[in-house]
Amino acid sequence: MAMLSNSDTLSVTSDRRARLTRDAVGVLVILALGVAGYVLFPNNLALLTRITAIALLVLSLDLVTGYCGVATLGHAALFGAGAYGAGIAAAHFGITDPVAMLAVGIIAGSIAGLISGVVVLRAHGLPQLVLSIAIIHLAHEAANKASGWTGGSDGLSGIMPDAVFGVWQFDLWGRTAYVFGIVLLVVTFVLLRQIVRSPFGMLCRGIRQDPVRIRAMGGSVHGTLIRMYIISGAVAGAGGALNAISTQVVGLDSLSFTLSAEALVMLVLGGTGSLYGALLGTVTFLWFEDVVSAANPFHWLTIVGALLIAVVLFAPKGLYGSLAAYFERRGRKNP
Amino acid sequence: MSAIFDVRNLKKTFGGLVVTNDVSLSMAPGDRVALIGPNGAGKTTFVNLVTGNILPNAGSVMLGGQDVTRLGPTERVRRGLVRSFQVTRLFSEMTPEEHVALAILQREGRSGKMFASHRAMPDVMEEGHTLLSRLGIAHLARHRVSEIAYGQQRLLELSLALALKPKVLLLDEPAAGVPQSDTARIEQAIADLPSDLAVLMIEHDMDLVFRFAKRVVVLAAGEIIFDGSPDAVTKDVRVRQAYLGSYADARSVA
Ligand SMILES: Nc1ncnc2c1ncn2[C@@H]1O[C@H](COP(=O)(O)OP(=O)(O)O)[C@@H](O)[C@H]1O
Ligand SMILES: [Mg+2]
Repeated sequence: MAMLSNSDTLSVTSDRRARLTRDAVGVLVILALGVAGYVLFPNNLALLTRITAIALLVLSLDLVTGYCGVATLGHAALFGAGAYGAGIAAAHFGITDPVAMLAVGIIAGSIAGLISGVVVLRAHGLPQLVLSIAIIHLAHEAANKASGWTGGSDGLSGIMPDAVFGVWQFDLWGRTAYVFGIVLLVVTFVLLRQIVRSPFGMLCRGIRQDPVRIRAMGGSVHGTLIRMYIISGAVAGAGGALNAISTQVVGLDSLSFTLSAEALVMLVLGGTGSLYGALLGTVTFLWFEDVVSAANPFHWLTIVGALLIAVVLFAPKGLYGSLAAYFERRGRKNP
Repeated sequence: MSAIFDVRNLKKTFGGLVVTNDVSLSMAPGDRVALIGPNGAGKTTFVNLVTGNILPNAGSVMLGGQDVTRLGPTERVRRGLVRSFQVTRLFSEMTPEEHVALAILQREGRSGKMFASHRAMPDVMEEGHTLLSRLGIAHLARHRVSEIAYGQQRLLELSLALALKPKVLLLDEPAAGVPQSDTARIEQAIADLPSDLAVLMIEHDMDLVFRFAKRVVVLAAGEIIFDGSPDAVTKDVRVRQAYLGSYADARSVA
Protein backbone atom coordinates (compact mmCIF):
# COMPACT_ATOMS: atom_id res chain seq x y z
CA MET A 1 0.00 0.00 0.00
CA ALA A 2 2.98 2.26 -0.51
CA MET A 3 1.09 3.99 -3.31
CA LEU A 4 -1.71 4.93 -1.01
CA SER A 5 0.31 6.26 1.85
CA ASN A 6 1.32 9.43 0.05
CA SER A 7 -2.18 10.65 -0.67
CA ASP A 8 -3.32 9.35 2.69
CA THR A 9 -0.78 11.44 4.55
CA LEU A 10 -1.90 14.38 2.48
CA SER A 11 -5.53 13.82 3.31
CA VAL A 12 -4.69 13.26 6.96
CA THR A 13 -2.99 16.65 7.19
CA SER A 14 -5.67 18.47 5.19
CA ASP A 15 -8.36 16.87 7.35
CA ARG A 16 -6.53 18.00 10.39
CA ARG A 17 -6.32 21.51 9.10
CA ALA A 18 -10.01 21.59 8.21
CA ARG A 19 -10.88 20.37 11.71
CA LEU A 20 -8.65 22.90 13.40
CA THR A 21 -10.13 25.67 11.27
CA ARG A 22 -13.65 24.66 12.24
CA ASP A 23 -12.70 24.54 15.92
CA ALA A 24 -10.96 27.89 15.70
CA VAL A 25 -14.09 29.35 14.15
CA GLY A 26 -16.18 27.92 16.99
CA VAL A 27 -13.88 29.38 19.62
CA LEU A 28 -13.78 32.73 17.85
CA VAL A 29 -17.57 32.85 17.65
CA ILE A 30 -17.88 32.18 21.38
CA LEU A 31 -15.23 34.78 22.16
CA ALA A 32 -16.80 37.33 19.83
CA LEU A 33 -20.20 36.80 21.42
CA GLY A 34 -18.54 37.03 24.82
CA VAL A 35 -16.95 40.37 23.97
CA ALA A 36 -20.18 41.61 22.39
CA GLY A 37 -22.09 40.71 25.54
CA TYR A 38 -19.55 42.51 27.68
CA VAL A 39 -19.69 45.66 25.56
CA LEU A 40 -23.41 45.73 24.74
CA PHE A 41 -24.89 44.64 28.07
CA PRO A 42 -22.50 45.89 30.76
CA ASN A 43 -25.34 46.06 33.25
CA ASN A 44 -26.51 42.56 32.51
CA LEU A 45 -23.35 40.60 33.08
CA ALA A 46 -24.94 38.60 35.88
CA LEU A 47 -27.54 37.26 33.45
CA LEU A 48 -24.88 36.51 30.86
CA THR A 49 -22.80 34.64 33.43
CA ARG A 50 -25.86 32.65 34.40
CA ILE A 51 -26.39 31.81 30.72
CA THR A 52 -22.76 30.63 30.58
CA ALA A 53 -23.24 28.39 33.62
CA ILE A 54 -26.45 26.93 32.24
CA ALA A 55 -24.75 26.46 28.87
CA LEU A 56 -22.31 24.14 30.63
CA LEU A 57 -25.25 22.20 32.05
CA VAL A 58 -26.87 21.90 28.63
CA LEU A 59 -23.57 20.85 27.01
CA SER A 60 -23.27 18.25 29.72
CA LEU A 61 -26.80 17.01 29.05
CA ASP A 62 -26.03 16.88 25.33
CA LEU A 63 -23.18 14.48 26.04
CA VAL A 64 -25.44 11.83 27.54
CA THR A 65 -28.72 12.59 25.75
CA GLY A 66 -27.60 13.93 22.37
CA TYR A 67 -24.53 11.78 21.85
CA CYS A 68 -25.42 8.64 23.79
CA GLY A 69 -29.22 8.62 23.61
CA VAL A 70 -29.82 8.40 27.36
CA ALA A 71 -33.16 9.90 28.38
CA THR A 72 -32.91 11.97 31.56
CA LEU A 73 -34.97 14.56 33.37
CA GLY A 74 -32.64 14.64 36.34
CA HIS A 75 -29.51 16.18 34.96
CA ALA A 76 -29.53 19.18 37.29
CA ALA A 77 -28.36 16.75 39.99
CA LEU A 78 -24.92 16.95 38.40
CA PHE A 79 -25.07 20.74 38.18
CA GLY A 80 -26.34 21.07 41.75
CA ALA A 81 -23.62 18.74 43.02
CA GLY A 82 -21.03 21.05 41.48
CA ALA A 83 -22.71 24.15 42.89
CA TYR A 84 -23.07 22.73 46.40
CA GLY A 85 -19.61 21.17 46.22
CA ALA A 86 -17.96 24.48 45.42
CA GLY A 87 -20.24 26.39 47.79
CA ILE A 88 -19.72 24.06 50.75
CA ALA A 89 -15.97 24.01 50.12
CA ALA A 90 -15.94 27.79 50.40
CA ALA A 91 -18.51 28.32 53.16
CA HIS A 92 -17.53 25.43 55.44
CA PHE A 93 -13.94 24.57 54.62
CA GLY A 94 -12.47 27.92 53.71
CA ILE A 95 -11.54 26.80 50.20
CA THR A 96 -12.12 30.19 48.64
CA ASP A 97 -9.68 30.13 45.78
CA PRO A 98 -11.99 30.19 42.73
CA VAL A 99 -9.93 27.69 40.75
CA ALA A 100 -9.90 25.32 43.72
CA MET A 101 -13.65 25.82 44.11
CA LEU A 102 -14.04 25.01 40.44
CA ALA A 103 -11.99 21.87 40.91
CA VAL A 104 -14.17 20.79 43.85
CA GLY A 105 -17.26 21.46 41.74
CA ILE A 106 -15.88 19.36 38.90
CA ILE A 107 -15.07 16.48 41.23
CA ALA A 108 -18.46 16.67 42.96
CA GLY A 109 -20.17 16.77 39.56
CA SER A 110 -18.18 13.76 38.35
CA ILE A 111 -19.15 11.74 41.40
CA ALA A 112 -22.79 12.75 40.95
CA GLY A 113 -22.43 11.76 37.29
CA LEU A 114 -21.08 8.36 38.25
CA ILE A 115 -23.91 7.74 40.71
CA SER A 116 -26.59 9.01 38.33
CA GLY A 117 -25.13 6.93 35.54
CA VAL A 118 -25.08 3.75 37.59
CA VAL A 119 -28.74 4.25 38.53
CA VAL A 120 -30.17 5.65 35.29
CA LEU A 121 -28.42 3.14 33.03
CA ARG A 122 -30.10 0.25 34.78
CA ALA A 123 -33.21 0.92 32.71
CA HIS A 124 -34.16 2.02 29.20
CA GLY A 125 -36.79 4.30 27.74
CA LEU A 126 -39.58 5.43 30.03
CA PRO A 127 -38.36 3.58 33.15
CA GLN A 128 -35.02 5.31 32.58
CA LEU A 129 -36.76 8.67 32.55
CA VAL A 130 -38.57 7.80 35.77
CA LEU A 131 -35.32 6.80 37.47
CA SER A 132 -33.76 10.12 36.47
CA ILE A 133 -36.72 12.00 37.93
CA ALA A 134 -36.40 10.00 41.13
CA ILE A 135 -32.72 10.96 41.34
CA ILE A 136 -33.35 14.68 41.10
CA HIS A 137 -36.14 14.53 43.67
CA LEU A 138 -33.98 12.54 46.08
CA ALA A 139 -31.05 14.89 45.59
CA HIS A 140 -33.29 17.91 46.11
CA GLU A 141 -34.78 16.42 49.26
CA ALA A 142 -31.35 15.43 50.60
CA ALA A 143 -30.06 18.97 50.11
CA ASN A 144 -33.19 20.33 51.77
CA LYS A 145 -32.79 18.04 54.80
CA ALA A 146 -29.06 18.59 55.23
CA SER A 147 -29.66 22.25 55.96
CA GLY A 148 -26.70 22.41 58.32
CA TRP A 149 -24.49 21.99 55.27
CA THR A 150 -26.61 23.44 52.50
CA GLY A 151 -28.66 26.12 54.20
CA GLY A 152 -31.78 24.19 53.17
CA SER A 153 -34.49 26.28 51.58
CA ASP A 154 -32.77 29.54 52.61
CA GLY A 155 -29.88 28.65 50.35
CA LEU A 156 -26.19 28.39 51.09
CA SER A 157 -24.59 31.77 51.66
CA GLY A 158 -21.27 32.95 52.98
CA ILE A 159 -19.45 32.04 49.78
CA MET A 160 -16.69 34.59 49.36
CA PRO A 161 -14.33 33.62 46.56
CA ASP A 162 -10.83 35.14 46.50
CA ALA A 163 -9.42 36.98 43.55
CA VAL A 164 -8.72 34.81 40.49
CA PHE A 165 -5.01 33.87 40.60
CA GLY A 166 -4.78 36.42 43.40
CA VAL A 167 -5.13 39.20 40.82
CA TRP A 168 -8.69 39.70 39.63
CA GLN A 169 -11.17 40.45 42.40
CA PHE A 170 -14.80 39.52 41.92
CA ASP A 171 -16.45 42.91 41.48
CA LEU A 172 -19.96 44.21 42.00
CA TRP A 173 -20.65 44.43 38.28
CA GLY A 174 -19.77 40.82 37.78
CA ARG A 175 -17.04 41.52 35.23
CA THR A 176 -14.51 39.10 36.66
CA ALA A 177 -17.12 36.40 37.06
CA TYR A 178 -18.20 36.92 33.46
CA VAL A 179 -14.71 36.65 32.04
CA PHE A 180 -14.02 33.66 34.29
CA GLY A 181 -17.15 32.02 32.91
CA ILE A 182 -16.39 32.70 29.26
CA VAL A 183 -12.85 31.34 29.64
CA LEU A 184 -14.26 28.25 31.34
CA LEU A 185 -16.78 27.79 28.55
CA VAL A 186 -14.17 28.12 25.82
CA VAL A 187 -11.80 25.66 27.49
CA THR A 188 -14.66 23.19 28.01
CA PHE A 189 -15.83 23.61 24.46
CA VAL A 190 -12.38 22.90 23.03
CA LEU A 191 -12.00 19.78 25.18
CA LEU A 192 -15.46 18.51 24.29
CA ARG A 193 -14.89 19.08 20.58
CA GLN A 194 -11.94 16.72 20.91
CA ILE A 195 -13.89 14.17 22.85
CA VAL A 196 -16.97 14.00 20.64
CA ARG A 197 -14.84 13.47 17.55
CA SER A 198 -12.49 10.97 19.14
CA PRO A 199 -12.85 7.20 18.86
CA PHE A 200 -14.62 7.37 22.22
CA GLY A 201 -17.07 9.90 20.79
CA MET A 202 -17.73 7.63 17.81
CA LEU A 203 -18.34 4.76 20.16
CA CYS A 204 -20.93 6.85 22.02
CA ARG A 205 -22.71 7.85 18.82
CA GLY A 206 -22.68 4.23 17.79
CA ILE A 207 -24.25 3.21 21.07
CA ARG A 208 -27.04 5.72 20.56
CA GLN A 209 -27.80 4.38 17.10
CA ASP A 210 -27.45 0.65 17.72
CA PRO A 211 -26.03 -0.83 20.93
CA VAL A 212 -26.41 -4.36 19.55
CA ARG A 213 -24.01 -3.53 16.73
CA ILE A 214 -21.54 -2.00 19.19
CA ARG A 215 -21.57 -5.22 21.21
CA ALA A 216 -21.12 -7.22 18.03
CA MET A 217 -17.93 -5.20 17.53
CA GLY A 218 -16.76 -6.12 21.01
CA GLY A 219 -17.59 -2.71 22.43
CA SER A 220 -18.69 -2.26 26.01
CA VAL A 221 -21.95 -0.33 26.05
CA HIS A 222 -22.37 0.10 29.79
CA GLY A 223 -18.75 0.95 30.52
CA THR A 224 -18.66 3.54 27.78
CA LEU A 225 -21.88 5.18 28.95
CA ILE A 226 -20.65 5.33 32.53
CA ARG A 227 -17.47 7.04 31.38
CA MET A 228 -19.49 9.55 29.42
CA TYR A 229 -21.71 10.16 32.45
CA ILE A 230 -18.63 10.98 34.53
CA ILE A 231 -17.37 13.42 31.90
CA SER A 232 -20.84 14.90 31.70
CA GLY A 233 -20.81 15.28 35.49
CA ALA A 234 -17.51 17.12 35.33
CA VAL A 235 -18.91 19.59 32.81
CA ALA A 236 -22.18 20.14 34.67
CA GLY A 237 -20.22 20.40 37.92
CA ALA A 238 -18.07 23.13 36.38
CA GLY A 239 -21.27 24.97 35.47
CA GLY A 240 -22.60 24.59 38.99
CA ALA A 241 -19.35 25.81 40.47
CA LEU A 242 -19.38 28.81 38.15
CA ASN A 243 -22.87 29.60 39.35
CA ALA A 244 -21.81 29.35 43.00
CA ILE A 245 -18.72 31.48 42.44
CA SER A 246 -20.51 34.18 40.46
CA THR A 247 -23.71 34.51 42.52
CA GLN A 248 -22.08 33.64 45.87
CA VAL A 249 -25.17 31.70 46.91
CA VAL A 250 -26.41 28.22 46.09
CA GLY A 251 -30.15 27.58 46.20
CA LEU A 252 -32.21 24.43 46.00
CA ASP A 253 -33.32 25.55 42.54
CA SER A 254 -29.90 24.49 41.24
CA LEU A 255 -30.85 20.94 42.18
CA SER A 256 -34.39 20.98 40.88
CA PHE A 257 -36.58 19.04 38.52
CA THR A 258 -37.51 22.35 36.87
CA LEU A 259 -33.92 23.13 35.98
CA SER A 260 -33.45 19.57 34.67
CA ALA A 261 -36.51 19.86 32.46
CA GLU A 262 -35.55 23.33 31.25
CA ALA A 263 -32.10 22.11 30.32
CA LEU A 264 -33.70 19.39 28.20
CA VAL A 265 -35.96 21.98 26.58
CA MET A 266 -32.96 24.19 25.76
CA LEU A 267 -31.12 21.22 24.26
CA VAL A 268 -34.06 20.21 22.08
CA LEU A 269 -34.55 23.85 21.09
CA GLY A 270 -30.95 24.15 19.93
CA GLY A 271 -30.61 20.65 18.54
CA THR A 272 -29.34 17.47 20.18
CA GLY A 273 -26.10 15.76 19.30
CA SER A 274 -24.13 18.91 18.52
CA LEU A 275 -22.22 21.18 20.85
CA TYR A 276 -23.26 24.23 18.85
CA GLY A 277 -26.89 23.21 19.19
CA ALA A 278 -26.54 23.04 22.97
CA LEU A 279 -24.99 26.52 23.10
CA LEU A 280 -27.48 28.06 20.70
CA GLY A 281 -30.44 26.52 22.53
CA THR A 282 -29.28 27.83 25.90
CA VAL A 283 -28.63 31.36 24.71
CA THR A 284 -31.90 31.52 22.75
CA PHE A 285 -34.04 30.14 25.56
CA LEU A 286 -32.59 32.20 28.40
CA TRP A 287 -32.38 35.38 26.37
CA PHE A 288 -35.93 34.88 25.12
CA GLU A 289 -37.12 34.15 28.64
CA ASP A 290 -35.47 37.31 29.91
CA VAL A 291 -36.86 39.56 27.19
CA VAL A 292 -40.34 38.09 27.17
CA SER A 293 -40.71 37.94 30.93
CA ALA A 294 -39.75 41.62 31.17
CA ALA A 295 -42.09 42.65 28.36
CA ASN A 296 -45.01 40.52 29.45
CA PRO A 297 -44.63 39.17 32.98
CA PHE A 298 -48.05 37.50 32.93
CA HIS A 299 -47.94 35.56 29.70
CA TRP A 300 -44.28 34.90 29.17
CA LEU A 301 -44.60 31.19 29.91
CA THR A 302 -47.32 30.97 27.27
CA ILE A 303 -45.08 32.67 24.76
CA VAL A 304 -42.15 30.41 25.59
CA GLY A 305 -44.48 27.42 25.19
CA ALA A 306 -45.58 28.66 21.78
CA LEU A 307 -41.96 29.08 20.71
CA LEU A 308 -41.21 25.52 21.73
CA ILE A 309 -44.16 24.10 19.85
CA ALA A 310 -43.13 26.07 16.79
CA VAL A 311 -39.58 24.72 16.94
CA VAL A 312 -40.66 21.13 17.50
CA LEU A 313 -43.17 21.30 14.64
CA PHE A 314 -41.19 23.31 12.09
CA ALA A 315 -37.58 22.63 13.03
CA PRO A 316 -37.60 19.17 14.64
CA LYS A 317 -33.81 18.98 14.52
CA GLY A 318 -33.66 22.12 16.64
CA LEU A 319 -32.43 25.55 15.59
CA TYR A 320 -28.86 24.54 14.92
CA GLY A 321 -29.71 21.15 13.43
CA SER A 322 -32.17 22.70 11.00
CA LEU A 323 -29.77 25.47 9.99
CA ALA A 324 -26.99 22.94 9.44
CA ALA A 325 -29.27 20.70 7.36
CA TYR A 326 -30.40 23.70 5.31
CA PHE A 327 -26.85 24.76 4.50
CA GLU A 328 -25.84 21.18 3.75
CA ARG A 329 -28.68 20.92 1.21
CA ARG A 330 -27.77 24.26 -0.35
CA GLY A 331 -24.10 23.35 -0.43
CA ARG A 332 -24.97 20.21 -2.34
CA LYS A 333 -27.11 22.05 -4.88
CA ASN A 334 -24.42 24.65 -5.62
CA PRO A 335 -21.13 22.95 -4.94
CA MET B 1 -7.55 -30.96 14.72
CA SER B 2 -9.13 -29.88 17.99
CA ALA B 3 -12.29 -27.80 17.88
CA ILE B 4 -12.02 -24.04 18.21
CA PHE B 5 -15.79 -23.80 18.23
CA ASP B 6 -17.92 -26.38 19.94
CA VAL B 7 -21.64 -26.06 20.50
CA ARG B 8 -23.38 -28.78 22.44
CA ASN B 9 -27.07 -29.57 22.77
CA LEU B 10 -28.33 -26.05 22.28
CA LYS B 11 -32.01 -25.65 22.88
CA LYS B 12 -34.26 -22.62 22.50
CA THR B 13 -38.01 -22.24 22.64
CA PHE B 14 -40.03 -19.13 21.94
CA GLY B 15 -43.22 -19.47 23.95
CA GLY B 16 -43.68 -23.18 23.32
CA LEU B 17 -42.28 -23.11 19.78
CA VAL B 18 -39.06 -25.13 19.70
CA VAL B 19 -36.80 -23.13 17.42
CA THR B 20 -33.52 -24.84 18.24
CA ASN B 21 -33.74 -28.44 19.27
CA ASP B 22 -30.66 -30.10 20.66
CA VAL B 23 -28.25 -28.65 18.13
CA SER B 24 -24.60 -29.63 18.36
CA LEU B 25 -21.96 -28.42 15.96
CA SER B 26 -18.23 -28.06 16.14
CA MET B 27 -15.62 -26.50 13.91
CA ALA B 28 -11.85 -26.69 13.74
CA PRO B 29 -9.56 -23.87 12.60
CA GLY B 30 -9.71 -23.61 8.83
CA ASP B 31 -13.17 -25.11 8.49
CA ARG B 32 -15.49 -23.74 5.85
CA VAL B 33 -19.00 -24.77 6.77
CA ALA B 34 -22.22 -23.80 5.02
CA LEU B 35 -25.35 -23.80 7.15
CA ILE B 36 -28.42 -24.16 4.99
CA GLY B 37 -32.07 -24.83 5.58
CA PRO B 38 -35.53 -23.60 4.64
CA ASN B 39 -36.74 -20.20 5.82
CA GLY B 40 -37.67 -20.27 9.46
CA ALA B 41 -35.52 -23.32 10.13
CA GLY B 42 -33.78 -21.52 12.97
CA LYS B 43 -30.47 -20.58 11.33
CA THR B 44 -30.41 -16.97 12.52
CA THR B 45 -31.59 -18.03 15.94
CA PHE B 46 -28.68 -20.46 16.09
CA VAL B 47 -26.26 -17.61 15.37
CA ASN B 48 -27.96 -15.41 17.97
CA LEU B 49 -27.63 -18.16 20.56
CA VAL B 50 -24.00 -18.79 19.79
CA THR B 51 -23.03 -15.11 19.93
CA GLY B 52 -24.94 -14.50 23.14
CA ASN B 53 -27.49 -12.13 21.60
CA ILE B 54 -30.19 -14.41 23.01
CA LEU B 55 -29.94 -16.86 25.88
CA PRO B 56 -30.47 -20.59 25.31
CA ASN B 57 -32.76 -22.72 27.45
CA ALA B 58 -30.08 -25.38 27.59
CA GLY B 59 -26.76 -26.29 26.06
CA SER B 60 -23.26 -24.89 26.01
CA VAL B 61 -20.98 -22.90 23.77
CA MET B 62 -17.22 -23.54 23.91
CA LEU B 63 -14.74 -21.24 22.27
CA GLY B 64 -11.10 -22.28 22.05
CA GLY B 65 -11.71 -24.85 24.77
CA GLN B 66 -13.34 -22.37 27.15
CA ASP B 67 -16.96 -22.29 28.15
CA VAL B 68 -18.45 -18.96 27.08
CA THR B 69 -22.11 -19.88 27.60
CA ARG B 70 -22.43 -17.42 30.44
CA LEU B 71 -20.57 -14.56 28.79
CA GLY B 72 -22.26 -11.64 27.07
CA PRO B 73 -21.88 -10.87 23.37
CA THR B 74 -19.12 -8.30 23.90
CA GLU B 75 -16.92 -10.75 25.75
CA ARG B 76 -17.41 -13.43 23.07
CA VAL B 77 -16.42 -11.01 20.33
CA ARG B 78 -13.28 -10.14 22.25
CA ARG B 79 -12.44 -13.82 22.32
CA GLY B 80 -12.66 -13.98 18.56
CA LEU B 81 -16.25 -14.99 17.85
CA VAL B 82 -17.64 -12.53 15.31
CA ARG B 83 -20.86 -12.53 13.34
CA SER B 84 -22.48 -10.52 10.59
CA PHE B 85 -26.19 -9.76 10.58
CA GLN B 86 -28.72 -11.01 8.06
CA VAL B 87 -30.53 -7.68 8.30
CA THR B 88 -27.83 -5.04 8.13
CA ARG B 89 -27.10 -3.29 11.41
CA LEU B 90 -25.19 -0.12 10.77
CA PHE B 91 -25.03 3.40 12.16
CA SER B 92 -27.08 5.37 9.66
CA GLU B 93 -25.52 8.73 10.55
CA MET B 94 -21.95 7.52 10.30
CA THR B 95 -19.74 6.93 7.30
CA PRO B 96 -18.20 3.62 6.18
CA GLU B 97 -14.81 5.10 7.07
CA GLU B 98 -15.97 5.68 10.64
CA HIS B 99 -17.50 2.21 10.81
CA VAL B 100 -14.36 0.34 9.87
CA ALA B 101 -12.17 2.68 11.91
CA LEU B 102 -14.30 1.98 14.94
CA ALA B 103 -14.09 -1.77 14.35
CA ILE B 104 -10.32 -1.67 13.92
CA LEU B 105 -9.84 0.51 17.00
CA GLN B 106 -12.18 -1.72 18.96
CA ARG B 107 -10.20 -4.79 17.96
CA GLU B 108 -6.99 -3.12 19.12
CA GLY B 109 -8.50 -1.85 22.36
CA ARG B 110 -8.05 1.75 21.27
CA SER B 111 -11.70 2.73 20.94
CA GLY B 112 -11.72 4.47 24.33
CA LYS B 113 -9.25 7.14 23.27
CA MET B 114 -10.64 10.59 23.93
CA PHE B 115 -8.02 12.98 22.68
CA ALA B 116 -7.28 11.57 19.28
CA SER B 117 -9.00 11.22 15.94
CA HIS B 118 -9.01 8.13 13.78
CA ARG B 119 -8.26 10.37 10.82
CA ALA B 120 -4.95 11.26 12.39
CA MET B 121 -4.02 7.57 12.67
CA PRO B 122 -2.42 6.55 9.37
CA ASP B 123 -2.38 2.85 10.26
CA VAL B 124 -6.11 2.80 10.95
CA MET B 125 -6.93 4.86 7.88
CA GLU B 126 -4.83 2.67 5.63
CA GLU B 127 -6.21 -0.61 6.94
CA GLY B 128 -9.75 0.75 6.67
CA HIS B 129 -9.17 1.96 3.16
CA THR B 130 -7.71 -1.38 2.10
CA LEU B 131 -10.68 -3.21 3.53
CA LEU B 132 -13.25 -0.94 1.90
CA SER B 133 -11.38 -1.16 -1.41
CA ARG B 134 -11.42 -4.92 -1.28
CA LEU B 135 -15.21 -4.81 -1.10
CA GLY B 136 -15.43 -2.08 -3.72
CA ILE B 137 -16.92 0.62 -1.51
CA ALA B 138 -13.87 2.79 -0.85
CA HIS B 139 -15.35 5.56 -3.00
CA LEU B 140 -18.24 5.77 -0.51
CA ALA B 141 -15.96 6.01 2.52
CA ARG B 142 -17.16 9.46 3.49
CA HIS B 143 -20.82 9.22 2.64
CA ARG B 144 -23.34 8.75 5.36
CA VAL B 145 -24.62 5.18 5.48
CA SER B 146 -28.19 6.46 5.12
CA GLU B 147 -27.18 7.76 1.70
CA ILE B 148 -25.75 4.57 0.25
CA ALA B 149 -27.57 1.70 -1.44
CA TYR B 150 -28.60 -1.36 0.52
CA GLY B 151 -26.37 -3.66 -1.48
CA GLN B 152 -23.38 -1.54 -0.54
CA GLN B 153 -24.49 -1.47 3.08
CA ARG B 154 -24.36 -5.28 2.96
CA LEU B 155 -20.76 -5.06 1.83
CA LEU B 156 -19.98 -2.71 4.71
CA GLU B 157 -21.68 -5.12 7.09
CA LEU B 158 -19.28 -7.81 5.95
CA SER B 159 -16.27 -5.51 6.13
CA LEU B 160 -17.03 -4.80 9.79
CA ALA B 161 -16.86 -8.49 10.61
CA LEU B 162 -13.60 -8.81 8.69
CA ALA B 163 -12.11 -5.74 10.38
CA LEU B 164 -12.42 -7.49 13.73
CA LYS B 165 -10.06 -10.26 12.56
CA PRO B 166 -12.02 -13.08 14.17
CA LYS B 167 -10.99 -16.63 14.94
CA VAL B 168 -14.49 -17.89 14.30
CA LEU B 169 -16.66 -16.05 11.81
CA LEU B 170 -20.40 -16.56 11.45
CA LEU B 171 -21.89 -14.98 8.35
CA ASP B 172 -25.68 -14.75 8.20
CA GLU B 173 -26.60 -14.61 4.51
CA PRO B 174 -23.85 -12.14 3.57
CA ALA B 175 -24.91 -12.09 -0.08
CA ALA B 176 -28.63 -11.56 0.50
CA GLY B 177 -29.64 -8.19 -0.89
CA VAL B 178 -26.36 -7.73 -2.73
CA PRO B 179 -26.70 -7.18 -6.49
CA GLN B 180 -25.44 -10.11 -8.60
CA SER B 181 -22.60 -7.94 -9.88
CA ASP B 182 -21.20 -7.54 -6.37
CA THR B 183 -21.53 -11.08 -5.03
CA ALA B 184 -18.16 -11.92 -6.61
CA ARG B 185 -16.56 -9.35 -4.30
CA ILE B 186 -18.10 -11.00 -1.28
CA GLU B 187 -16.98 -14.40 -2.45
CA GLN B 188 -13.47 -13.15 -3.07
CA ALA B 189 -13.29 -11.42 0.31
CA ILE B 190 -14.34 -14.63 2.00
CA ALA B 191 -11.93 -16.69 -0.08
CA ASP B 192 -9.10 -14.34 0.95
CA LEU B 193 -9.69 -14.89 4.67
CA PRO B 194 -6.82 -16.38 6.68
CA SER B 195 -6.76 -20.15 6.22
CA ASP B 196 -6.75 -20.88 9.97
CA LEU B 197 -10.03 -19.04 10.48
CA ALA B 198 -13.16 -21.13 11.02
CA VAL B 199 -16.03 -19.80 8.93
CA LEU B 200 -19.69 -20.74 9.08
CA MET B 201 -21.81 -19.19 6.37
CA ILE B 202 -25.57 -19.25 6.09
CA GLU B 203 -26.44 -19.03 2.43
CA HIS B 204 -29.29 -19.85 0.10
CA ASP B 205 -27.44 -19.65 -3.21
CA MET B 206 -26.32 -23.24 -3.71
CA ASP B 207 -23.69 -22.34 -6.32
CA LEU B 208 -22.05 -20.11 -3.72
CA VAL B 209 -22.40 -22.84 -1.11
CA PHE B 210 -20.70 -25.43 -3.29
CA ARG B 211 -17.81 -23.13 -4.16
CA PHE B 212 -17.30 -22.10 -0.54
CA ALA B 213 -17.98 -25.10 1.67
CA LYS B 214 -16.14 -28.29 2.34
CA ARG B 215 -18.90 -29.28 4.69
CA VAL B 216 -22.61 -28.58 4.66
CA VAL B 217 -24.91 -28.60 7.66
CA VAL B 218 -28.65 -28.64 7.07
CA LEU B 219 -31.02 -27.29 9.68
CA ALA B 220 -34.74 -27.95 9.41
CA ALA B 221 -37.35 -27.09 12.02
CA GLY B 222 -34.64 -26.42 14.57
CA GLU B 223 -32.81 -29.71 14.13
CA ILE B 224 -29.68 -30.68 12.28
CA ILE B 225 -30.78 -33.24 9.74
CA PHE B 226 -27.57 -33.47 7.77
CA ASP B 227 -23.90 -32.81 8.38
CA GLY B 228 -21.56 -33.93 5.64
CA SER B 229 -19.93 -33.26 2.32
CA PRO B 230 -21.45 -30.99 -0.33
CA ASP B 231 -21.62 -33.97 -2.69
CA ALA B 232 -23.75 -35.99 -0.35
CA VAL B 233 -26.16 -33.24 0.61
CA THR B 234 -28.06 -33.15 -2.67
CA LYS B 235 -28.60 -36.86 -2.55
CA ASP B 236 -29.84 -36.99 1.02
CA VAL B 237 -33.46 -37.99 1.27
CA ARG B 238 -34.27 -36.11 4.46
CA VAL B 239 -32.77 -32.92 3.08
CA ARG B 240 -34.87 -33.16 -0.05
CA GLN B 241 -37.94 -33.81 2.00
CA ALA B 242 -37.25 -30.83 4.25
CA TYR B 243 -36.91 -28.52 1.29
CA LEU B 244 -39.87 -30.05 -0.50
CA GLY B 245 -41.87 -29.80 2.67
CA SER B 246 -41.13 -26.14 2.98
CA TYR B 247 -42.08 -25.55 -0.63
CA ALA B 248 -45.28 -27.47 -0.12
CA ASP B 249 -46.02 -25.30 2.95
CA ALA B 250 -45.25 -22.17 1.03
CA ARG B 251 -47.63 -23.22 -1.70
CA SER B 252 -50.42 -24.02 0.70
CA VAL B 253 -49.99 -20.65 2.41
CA ALA B 254 -49.95 -18.74 -0.87
N1 LIG C 1 -37.64 -13.32 18.99
C1 LIG C 1 -38.45 -14.27 18.52
N2 LIG C 1 -39.63 -14.52 19.12
C2 LIG C 1 -40.46 -15.49 18.67
N3 LIG C 1 -40.19 -16.26 17.61
C3 LIG C 1 -39.02 -16.07 16.96
C4 LIG C 1 -38.10 -15.06 17.38
N4 LIG C 1 -37.03 -15.10 16.55
C5 LIG C 1 -37.29 -16.08 15.67
N5 LIG C 1 -38.47 -16.65 15.90
C6 LIG C 1 -39.05 -17.78 15.17
O1 LIG C 1 -38.08 -18.79 15.14
C7 LIG C 1 -38.10 -19.46 13.91
C8 LIG C 1 -36.71 -19.47 13.31
O2 LIG C 1 -36.39 -18.17 12.89
P1 LIG C 1 -34.96 -17.83 12.27
O3 LIG C 1 -33.91 -18.31 13.19
O4 LIG C 1 -34.96 -16.39 11.92
O5 LIG C 1 -34.95 -18.72 10.94
P2 LIG C 1 -33.99 -18.67 9.68
O6 LIG C 1 -32.88 -17.75 9.94
O7 LIG C 1 -33.56 -20.09 9.50
O8 LIG C 1 -34.85 -18.24 8.52
C9 LIG C 1 -39.13 -18.78 13.05
O9 LIG C 1 -40.32 -19.53 13.13
C10 LIG C 1 -39.31 -17.45 13.71
O10 LIG C 1 -40.61 -16.97 13.52
MG1 LIG D 1 -32.26 -16.04 9.00
